[in-house]
Amino acid sequence: MRGRALGVAGVSVVLVALVLLYLFDFLVVTPPALSAVVQNGTAHLTLQTVPSYGNPPDPDWVSYLGRDPEGQWKHTTIYKVPAHTLVTVTIYQFDTATGLRNPFLAQVRGTRGGVATLNGKAFSVLDPDDASHTFTVPDLGISVPLSGVADNAKNQCSVAPCPLSDAHTTITFSFVSPGPGTYRWQCFVPCAAGFIFGNGGPMQTIGWMDGEIEVA
Amino acid sequence: MSTGAATAARPEGEPRHGLRIAVMWAVFTVIVTPLIIFVVGPHVPPFDRSVQSHDQHVVNVTLLTLTVPVVGVIWVYFGYSIVVFRQHGDAISDGPPQTGNSRIQILWLAITSVIVLGLAAYGTVGLFGGSHGAGGGQGPNPLAKPPNASQALQVQVIGQQWLWTFRYPSYGGVETTDLVIPVGRTIAFHVTSLDVDHSFWAYELGVKADAIPGADNVAYVQPLKTGSFQIRCAELCGLWHGHMNTNGRVVTQAGFATWIAATEKKYAGVTKYLPPYSKIYYPAPLRRAS
Repeated sequence: MRGRALGVAGVSVVLVALVLLYLFDFLVVTPPALSAVVQNGTAHLTLQTVPSYGNPPDPDWVSYLGRDPEGQWKHTTIYKVPAHTLVTVTIYQFDTATGLRNPFLAQVRGTRGGVATLNGKAFSVLDPDDASHTFTVPDLGISVPLSGVADNAKNQCSVAPCPLSDAHTTITFSFVSPGPGTYRWQCFVPCAAGFIFGNGGPMQTIGWMDGEIEVA
Repeated sequence: MSTGAATAARPEGEPRHGLRIAVMWAVFTVIVTPLIIFVVGPHVPPFDRSVQSHDQHVVNVTLLTLTVPVVGVIWVYFGYSIVVFRQHGDAISDGPPQTGNSRIQILWLAITSVIVLGLAAYGTVGLFGGSHGAGGGQGPNPLAKPPNASQALQVQVIGQQWLWTFRYPSYGGVETTDLVIPVGRTIAFHVTSLDVDHSFWAYELGVKADAIPGADNVAYVQPLKTGSFQIRCAELCGLWHGHMNTNGRVVTQAGFATWIAATEKKYAGVTKYLPPYSKIYYPAPLRRAS
């Protein structure tokens, strides 16, 4: 009887420890921060979106990546920019279109001049069905829809980081960073394939389709 | 009926405990009740920024005030017992058994019944009379509408992970991230969601209504003062739930006319891509999310 009680207690302790470990890992472990490259008083952020990361721990998850000052792609969505500075963002977008759940987010908002460029051409509104992802910072009123590559495009990227020789679109925009603080950003396209309503998995995990802009 | 110790003859020299407790309770109630009404009351949310929040404020202060005599009985009796009925010395023995007192039981049942039924009546009148609806979502066909509901400004509140947007069907169905409403006019919020359950909480306006996909949840409010108010999500809805907040503004009628005209112009480009105004929107697209 006593041995059975000890066994139950032991299993319970192990289960609680596993739950706590999972919570600790979820709450504490965050991706590394990636600093923008500052040149001539302008901060440059270079990002890419990939249809599937292709590597552990979740190879089939859609994700953002960032390029560090050495030109290496890092799997992170925590980006550091200086305060009160013009920030220029370049996003190489390798995913196909999913379409916006809320077409309102097809509007470019909060950028310099209220526009972004798609493959070098300025635009302020995208066809909502053409959106593959968005780069949206709700607290700063910034939102830019990212046009997807064609479904039938050749040499589509399958493993991150994607080379620029693969099919992609290029989106650029600028904004002036606010004062110091941490501002969350996210994608608003329900792009998490295989999850209910497309909003699970990578859409709920920092380091994939959500992140933070750290302004210092 | 056994009378027990409660109605036993008072021993000679024994003070009148019941009278003492009653006097102390009366003094407590007389002192604390005005403090609750006049000192604490003005700080009880959700204040008086709208007809609905004012009514909720009055209800909250009233309920708080009604608790004073009830709490007073408990605290006074508790404190009195600790001090006066304390067992001194080492002797430990049970007091005489008490087997019931029909007079006290009937009185107790009567008082609590009056309090509970009175509060139920008070709440029902507050819900269906007065300001009608008290700012809570009442589903698609509210039973308690304000008198001027048919002239209310319709504003759709759309929740999605993790952003609030607002559509104005009377103004071309324009959608925006800014909630701006005119002072003095009755507003009909039509609250819905594009994905999971959220809850639209306009704190200072006294409005809280669930945002549920496939549902049109209507809440009325009539703002009384200009100024900003907080908007929060009150339903745990995922990763950025804690960040799903923004500020709305109550402006003058003229200010609203100016703002809505500028907003229609600003978002004309994307408005043409919006679906026709509808009370609900079925979550779409599901191309990759089936």
